[in-house]
Amino acid sequence: MTETATGTAAASAASGARIQLENLTKRYPGSPSPAVDDVSLEIKPGETVILVGPSGCGKSTTLRMINRLIEPTSGRIRIDEEDVTDIDPVGLRRKIGYAIQASGLFPHMTVAENIALVPKMVGWSKSRVKDRVEEMLDLVGLDPREFHGRYPRQLSGGQQQRVGVARALAADPPVLLMDEPFGAVDPITRDHLQDELIRLQRELHKTIVFVTHDFDEAIKLGDRIAVLRERSHIAQFDTPEAILTNPADDFVSGFVGAGAALKRLNLTRVRDVGIADFPTVSVDDPIESIFNKLREGPYNELLMLDRRNRPYKWLRRGDLMRAKGSPARAGQLVHDTVTRDATLHDALEAVLIDSSGRVAVTGRRGEFIGVVDMETLMNSVQEMLQADRLAAMEHEHDLEELRHHRTETELEGGADG
Amino acid sequence: MSFWDYLAGHQQQLLTDAFQQASAVFQCMVIATLLGIAIALLTYRSAWGGNLAITTTATFLTVPSLALIGLLIPLVGLGVPPTVIALTLYGLLPVVRNAIVGLRGVDPSLVDAAKGIGMSRVAQLFRVELPLAWPPILTGIRVATQMLMGIAAIAAYASGPGLGNEIFRGIASLGSANAINQVLAGTIGIVILALLFDAAYVLLGRLTIPRGIRD
Ligand SMILES: Nc1ncnc2c1ncn2[C@@H]1O[C@H](COP(=O)(O)OP(=O)(O)O)[C@@H](O)[C@H]1O
Ligand SMILES: [Mg+2]
Repeated sequence: MTETATGTAAASAASGARIQLENLTKRYPGSPSPAVDDVSLEIKPGETVILVGPSGCGKSTTLRMINRLIEPTSGRIRIDEEDVTDIDPVGLRRKIGYAIQASGLFPHMTVAENIALVPKMVGWSKSRVKDRVEEMLDLVGLDPREFHGRYPRQLSGGQQQRVGVARALAADPPVLLMDEPFGAVDPITRDHLQDELIRLQRELHKTIVFVTHDFDEAIKLGDRIAVLRERSHIAQFDTPEAILTNPADDFVSGFVGAGAALKRLNLTRVRDVGIADFPTVSVDDPIESIFNKLREGPYNELLMLDRRNRPYKWLRRGDLMRAKGSPARAGQLVHDTVTRDATLHDALEAVLIDSSGRVAVTGRRGEFIGVVDMETLMNSVQEMLQADRLAAMEHEHDLEELRHHRTETELEGGADG
Repeated sequence: MSFWDYLAGHQQQLLTDAFQQASAVFQCMVIATLLGIAIALLTYRSAWGGNLAITTTATFLTVPSLALIGLLIPLVGLGVPPTVIALTLYGLLPVVRNAIVGLRGVDPSLVDAAKGIGMSRVAQLFRVELPLAWPPILTGIRVATQMLMGIAAIAAYASGPGLGNEIFRGIASLGSANAINQVLAGTIGIVILALLFDAAYVLLGRLTIPRGIRD
């Protein structure tokens, strides 16, 4: 069972492979100190690991040693137990997806030709390559019919980056290396691309090694984060939660920056906290029934929905009086809504901006689902931080307790329900 | 005898000369292009290698064409050989220089991407670097061809082929009835050939430069 399956990891349509870096060192010629100094890292199959650290600390060098774009000076690289340090690098790279900043798309080839490159190189049949190109475009959210024949310069930055990811994944590699892939796009597009990557990874379970200097990006995308200091020394390698709540040293807390608690908000989604009901009326409701609802209920506020059930206006008790009974003029327009997939960070921002002190949560087509208010947010953040602190403390005693427990059950003869 | 009468009377001779000139320039350009790109591929990655290649090929240009042909005659004799050698040497510089500049100008992140997705060195060169460097290389070829058109005329001095014969014959018999007509016919013929070649290059560019990098 523990026999190693070497070499053929990529043969079956593949989710992730294990990557082991052992004492990797890179010394560039003519440079007195190594750019990467004795790095060891184990990345589990299907895991997204982020290498994050200040500019020039050796992130790219570390990443590029994995597909041997840079030859290590010493140390070993293993992928699924196979030592790839000395195998043919060209063959190795065809089994490792590679996506870089500015997409790296070849401008003289169409989108389809770019995506087809690796599958063709590894010898897929024409028809299989053709199908795969359509499939990949679909996967990254681009309409194959529309984008197939376009040239990279006919795409926006975000679209280019999507095609870059599609090309990297085209031959179904178990491993995907990404070097600041979203570094050159505007913040809004970057946010979308990050969400897309999260969605992709939920479907594909590749092993992803992702380089960034943006700690917020690291928190958002990483299953685990390796915070690197100069010469790629690992300052801390742990889950985002653990790093936020328990930074290993001053360097890490400096890098995490102020407001770790706020950043923690990026780790939880609206669907994870209580979405509360809220009394609603429709724009078509007769004015008396709106009055009645306001008078009867425990709330002195209502949410008015438009004809398609989307949040429209907040109505307070006095509003209708002041507007002389005309609902059209009464109330405050709803500024911002969030979906269930939004982060608590987004939700908090919306709550702070909206005069009502709460934000409406909407479904896929914008229809009203419920609300999240300030109090709920505060409570869940506090619970979250509390839980983190407990988890961190437990973690410290974990090994000891485990050992304890084991000896106890052994003494009792393993009798356990 | 008017110029037109002269043209009508010597039509056959002129067409043969023009064809031979075009053919000599074309063939020498093919050799210069292949040789030039090969030299560029061998040297563009090293700073001094590339500069050496450019300087060496540039040196040929500083030698007056008549002198170069004169120097070649004792070595390779009269006729086609000195013509081909001289034209090829002169044609090299624009090709070598533009190819080196073009190859060096390819975005390094694209070469990195090509390598990173698993292209072999040869594939990187022929599928990514050369296609991207092709527009400047083609410009170099075009410039070289224009230049060779004029230089080829000098080759007649070494009994080479082409419209140069017409010009030299005219110069040799200045004062005679047809002297000016001969010089004029040769010169205009060369200009027309140069324009035809240029049109052919525009067409070649349309056909060979991928749409994604055409401007
Ligand atoms: N090809 C190279 N030759 C020499 N030094 C290099 C080379 N590439 C990177 N370096 C140096 O190695 C260090 C780490 O670089 P890099 O891995 O690119 O850092 P990062 O990606 O974290 O910004 C830097 O000091 C950089 O100057
Ligand atoms: Mg970098």
